[in-house]
Amino acid sequence: MLRAVPGVVVAATRRQPGLLALLLLLAAGAQAGVLPEDRADALYHYYDGGGVQIDGPSLLMRKQVGQQFSVFGNYYVDTISSASIDVVTTASAYDEERTEYSVGFDYLRADTIMSFSYGNSDEDDYQADTFNFGIAQEVFSGLTTISLGYGKGSDTVRSNVDSSFEEDADKQSYRLGISQIITRNMLASVNYEVITDEGFLNNPYRSVRYLDPASGTGFSFQPEVYPNTRTSNAVAVRGRYFLPYRAAVHGGYRFFTDDWDIDAHTAEVGYTQPVGAWNLDVGYRFYTQTSAEFYSDLFPYEDAQNFLARDKELSSFDSHSLRLGVSYDFLQDGYQFLEKGSVKLFYDRIYFNYDDFRDIRGGGIPGEEPLYDFEADVVQFLFSFWF
Amino acid sequence: MSRLRIIRAFFLLICVVLLATGCSSVDPWVKPYERDRLADPIMSFDRDPVSNGYINHVYEAREGARGASGSSGGGCGCN
Repeated sequence: MLRAVPGVVVAATRRQPGLLALLLLLAAGAQAGVLPEDRADALYHYYDGGGVQIDGPSLLMRKQVGQQFSVFGNYYVDTISSASIDVVTTASAYDEERTEYSVGFDYLRADTIMSFSYGNSDEDDYQADTFNFGIAQEVFSGLTTISLGYGKGSDTVRSNVDSSFEEDADKQSYRLGISQIITRNMLASVNYEVITDEGFLNNPYRSVRYLDPASGTGFSFQPEVYPNTRTSNAVAVRGRYFLPYRAAVHGGYRFFTDDWDIDAHTAEVGYTQPVGAWNLDVGYRFYTQTSAEFYSDLFPYEDAQNFLARDKELSSFDSHSLRLGVSYDFLQDGYQFLEKGSVKLFYDRIYFNYDDFRDIRGGGIPGEEPLYDFEADVVQFLFSFWF
Repeated sequence: MSRLRIIRAFFLLICVVLLATGCSSVDPWVKPYERDRLADPIMSFDRDPVSNGYINHVYEAREGARGASGSSGGGCGCN
């Protein structure tokens, strides 16, 4: 049997620096672990904001197999109807559907959990395959859980207006997580993730605008051009606190930075109050980011620089979100093979306010149009059964 | 390339710390029998994975920031 000895690990990794070897060796020294609960979820999701409506189901089934394995499968659909500001100003409204399948399993060995998953996302102009590997181990008599993860994605980008267009985009992610019991009433976690992209990272349909005195509007459009690499770092701290009268408060903060010069801060707080079989949730989330260095709402002339973006997700903006949730637990004494069930309704209202993305639908002097903003409604209706 | 080396060194350090500490027993300041409140579902960081995955996707598709959500993510965030 492989035993965990620090010196052996260091020697082995000098010869073979692969993360997999490290992680497999790490698994040998593991402590307590528990497989995820057996459950089935049926979610209906609905998004409406900025001229875009997206809805569809997400179905998840997770089941333990034997004493060491838990397997899961997820089926997810986005049915999209888009007349967003990008679409109506530079293209025409469209409808499409994205379907995503993912399968995976968790393996409990000694006291460590290893997780593998594969996902495939498919729409008529974009395909994505994603593999993920993770390992989690409890240390310090269960006070601390440390997790490591690696993911690799391979995407193919196509265009509905140019059948000859096909480009690749690859993504890798490295994750580290630590969750910690602070007191008998408080939990905290820290997560760190590095993501690297390489390939065709922009949108084949999106354009940037530039000043053009020869145009009737005073500006014209040209296709956007992004760098073909991107590396980002994100670190998040979260905490949950159990209140004496059985309620919970939670809060979190994330800092994000990348080599496109985007820095972002995310902060959120929430409160959960059980009342008998009911649970009430309220929450607030704040997000703010700086723009990418190659972003501009209006470039001074055509081909003004080597990289060009006018994607509002790369602009400087902030958003505020409010959440209300209510859930009801039923079958709390079980029924035949079912242990319990719950039905939940979540409503999120998101306000987006852009600092340097202008609403050009109403015309006006180029560069002096009103700044764009919009609100989005997000509804989730979730049925869950545990067995 | 140097960034990758830093990431590898970081992961290696974590692994060594894990292995060095994983085999020793530590007297926990919160005993296992004192963790009933922490085991309450309202204290879970990921009470409904399907719902959390969805709302993370909603934000990632509309924001420049990504990652460190505590889940593995996946799929395309292009919508």
